[in-house]
Amino acid sequence: MIIHHPILGPRDAQEFVYLGDASLINRPDGMTAGIEAFHDYAYNRNNPAGEHRELWYHEQGDRSWLVVTRNTVTHEILGVELARDVARAQGRSK
Amino acid sequence: MRYSGFRVIAEALTGHKGWKPVWRDPEPQATYDYIIIGGGGHGLATAYYLAKEFGQARIAVLEKGYLGGGNVGRNTTIIRSNYLLDGNEPFYEFSLKLWEGLEQDFNYNAMVSQRGIINLIHTDAQRDAFTRRANAMILHGADAEMLSREDVRKLYPWLNFDNARFPIKGAIAQKRGGTVRHDAVAWGYARGADMRGVDLIQNCEVTGMRIVGGRIQGVETSRGYIGAKKVGVAVAGSSSKVMAHAGMRLPIESHVLQAFVSEGLKPLIDGVMTFGAGHFYVSQSDKGGLVFGGDIDGYNSYAQRGNLPVIEDVAEGGMALMPAIGRVRLLRSWGGIMDMSMDGSPIIDKTPVEGLYFNGGWCYGGFKATPASGWCFAHLLAKDESHTTAKAYRFDRFLKGLMIDEKGQGATPNLH
Repeated sequence: MIIHHPILGPRDAQEFVYLGDASLINRPDGMTAGIEAFHDYAYNRNNPAGEHRELWYHEQGDRSWLVVTRNTVTHEILGVELARDVARAQGRSK
Repeated sequence: MRYSGFRVIAEALTGHKGWKPVWRDPEPQATYDYIIIGGGGHGLATAYYLAKEFGQARIAVLEKGYLGGGNVGRNTTIIRSNYLLDGNEPFYEFSLKLWEGLEQDFNYNAMVSQRGIINLIHTDAQRDAFTRRANAMILHGADAEMLSREDVRKLYPWLNFDNARFPIKGAIAQKRGGTVRHDAVAWGYARGADMRGVDLIQNCEVTGMRIVGGRIQGVETSRGYIGAKKVGVAVAGSSSKVMAHAGMRLPIESHVLQAFVSEGLKPLIDGVMTFGAGHFYVSQSDKGGLVFGGDIDGYNSYAQRGNLPVIEDVAEGGMALMPAIGRVRLLRSWGGIMDMSMDGSPIIDKTPVEGLYFNGGWCYGGFKATPASGWCFAHLLAKDESHTTAKAYRFDRFLKGLMIDEKGQGATPNLH
């Protein structure tokens, strides 16, 4: 798979480390969210067959986190964004 | 029709005209007491033991494609019970004991071959860890022994003992481990279940679940609505898709695991061998092909096929361990979809929906578990309580901090 890095251009997926569902960006506040919400965040996944937004880390590159939109049935990559931009668009400071 | 040596001879003398189809192809009835979703190894074993051991009737197995067309026909056929943790080892040892009596039990030749398995040791720390594991296995009634470097050399003198990075310093062995012909496991259970009146319904995809007042009423399928008192789901690989019909999110990601077979060779490896340092494992089929595999590709996938980087990685692992295979040609590679759970261990449990039960999260250890998984799931379905060896495989273990994490990796499914 080739991941089109927004800054570095086309890169081999082997340069990246995979973390999982991009919803992991939205970690609840552990002090206020409650154990059920934190359990759901840490352990449960939508795991769709089809379009999936997921976190990839460019370990052997610029060490940026990317949000890659990929089809889990065909492995086709449909979009790549910097995770930083995704988080900021949701109102996060970084 | 019972199979026996006498039967084979009698048929040979009469032109093989007496053989009949091994199971019926029934139309689905309007309702059943039990519906098992998934006609793979675990689903068929569940139906078989429900009928045989727990005396239940009016059972149907619903299969989207054909019987045994999923992971039970895609694995590397290894059986073993060499686990460390209390939540796992009694279950897998129960499974290995069922494997030992399986062919007599269901009167079908599954080619159960207890040819032994060894896991190689490369460091002193690894020897300590494996010694601890061997003690845990023995304490749970399994067999285990530690092999020295010279013991391993007697078994396989052509291994690369002096690899600069991972020299072979010994092994942990389980002689009762081995291989089984995986397709015959599905067929044997299917035949045994059919003979006891279970309806095996193929080309029947579950497209929805009818749930009223928190209780399951039945399932919508591509062949119409079918009612049921209890529904058991055994569709590892597609668990998240099927359980979404009941509105559940699971502690599971689906990942692709590849497996490989080489061209046929003369006898080279008479047991099963694992090279944990490179995550490469290998056995030799009775036809002579080396059957081997390695890590999952590592990203969510429902594709049943992987990518080339992992093929290269597995081949490198094989070459590091066995330089002698350098000229051997790869015959085939294929992929299967694994339910990778959040602690690397399975789930056999009730769900919040009354009458709906779940069996999944097998990661890449599902094949060896087939008999015990079927037995324990049948136990849960029939008696509404967990079998003693499967008590730890609960949904709420993540909430309560009771994870069964053999590798100690935490909630990172692609590292288990």
